[in-house]
Amino acid sequence: MNDKIYKIILFAAALVIPIVCGGVVYALVTDAYEAFDHFGFISFLTSSEWSYTDGDEHYGALPFITGTLMTTFLALLFCIPFSLPVALFVGEYFKGTKVAAVLSTVTDLLAGIPSIIYGLWGFYTLRPIIMELDISPQGSGILTASLVLAIMIVPYAASLSAEFIKMVPNDLKEGAYSLGATRAEVIRRVVFPVAGSGIFSSFVLAVGRALGETMTVTMLIGNTNTMPDSITSTGNSMASIIANQFGEASDLRLSSLIAIGLILFLITAVINLVGKMMIKRARIS
Amino acid sequence: MESIKPILEFNKTCVSYTKQTMAVKYVSATIDRNTITAIMGPSGCGKSTLLRAVNLMHNLYPNIRVDGEILLNGENILSMEPIDVRRRVGMVFQRPAPFPTMSISENVLAGYTLNGINLPKNERDATIERCLKSVALWDEVKDVLNKKGTFLSGGQQQRLCIARALAMKPDVLLMDEPTSALDPIATKHIEELLQELQKEVTILIVTHNMGQAMRISSKSMFMYLGELVEYGDTAMMFSNPADERTKAYLTGKMG
Repeated sequence: MNDKIYKIILFAAALVIPIVCGGVVYALVTDAYEAFDHFGFISFLTSSEWSYTDGDEHYGALPFITGTLMTTFLALLFCIPFSLPVALFVGEYFKGTKVAAVLSTVTDLLAGIPSIIYGLWGFYTLRPIIMELDISPQGSGILTASLVLAIMIVPYAASLSAEFIKMVPNDLKEGAYSLGATRAEVIRRVVFPVAGSGIFSSFVLAVGRALGETMTVTMLIGNTNTMPDSITSTGNSMASIIANQFGEASDLRLSSLIAIGLILFLITAVINLVGKMMIKRARIS
Repeated sequence: MESIKPILEFNKTCVSYTKQTMAVKYVSATIDRNTITAIMGPSGCGKSTLLRAVNLMHNLYPNIRVDGEILLNGENILSMEPIDVRRRVGMVFQRPAPFPTMSISENVLAGYTLNGINLPKNERDATIERCLKSVALWDEVKDVLNKKGTFLSGGQQQRLCIARALAMKPDVLLMDEPTSALDPIATKHIEELLQELQKEVTILIVTHNMGQAMRISSKSMFMYLGELVEYGDTAMMFSNPADERTKAYLTGKMG
């Protein structure tokens, strides 16, 4: 009897999460409906106009989808040369030592810093440097946001990659060493190929993180609603346009923002799902 | 005429994992060329540790110290470059572990790729065929050379690992309980193979299996608590062990 009650409570509690998740999707879809209905789904995605003049309202998500994809891709690019060495350091070269433990703790600490702090640092430290270097006149923009975003996702990519690098069986490494390979060759020919799919999936999950990052990007991307024409130009990501405008928006504009939210939700969900599936597969093999 | 130097000689070889404990204590022995020498003893007696010292595996772990001398053709390997030593001294491990991302033929050539050596195509093919033939795997895999090595059975994988070691044309082949993860039939194949292989390479094999030592080796070492207790002709050791501890082990009273 007791067991039954326990089971019911457990079941009910577990059910809350899928219900909430379903509720979020439902709310997004119903609220976004107006925008999709008004502009058409495809042309909402492909239109690059965002004007809220009364009577001539026009909203399209393309500049923001582009902004999100550009910042995310650049952040991924910038984070690779930092994450991989950290992962190798922790997972291979200094595996199990104190130095590795310290480095991995510090790296993980980066993940715990609130994004507003990154935003402040980016705004008051990195932005002036970008201006100083004459990369862009206003300092803020896609490049600036991507650089800070890259630092933010390093811990995600690095610690997960390190885990996969650690999992490469010692038998294989010793087998390679026994044939006279140097450490660099062992890493290149054995560790990376064997841990490859795991490392790749770590980066996919890091991308999932970068896609939705809002505060830092909002503070650094420059907040313009036009198509970015280069990596140094200003723009808006899907998350930052919502953060910037949700307070003042109503009716069709609000619905358009929510529609952007829905698209972001879908992209993030797919990326995370793919990443998790890949990690599962990498763990099994 | 110059006297032929022994292929391998241990001279007061010691291995220690920590400052206090020595895993291998002052082992001295001369290994004959083109023979199979078995190293026996109970678990933890230091036989694998001694074996791994020969291709400087211990260098991978900074805490481990190796003292004394190990002479390969008269040259002390402890003062040689690990990479040079390992190319001349091959090793086969307990569990068959072909490189999972490489095909069968790539596995055979792994020693060359890992060392950044690019063989010309005809030499590559010749090496693959020679090595797979010498481990009696050629007929079984010649049509699937591009398949991953991990698709093979355990016994085939272990033979592939032996082929991988042989590809480097080593002087000495170290084997650390190479059949302990294999079934009796695969074990029999490997034992027959080793008898053939001793014509081209000197084999040092750690084994838990006394029957195996008796079947394949001409000389045997018996180690106990890090010491080399007895070293001599295998047949002699089994029929008339000189030391009480050897006798106790061989008769199953210890181990």
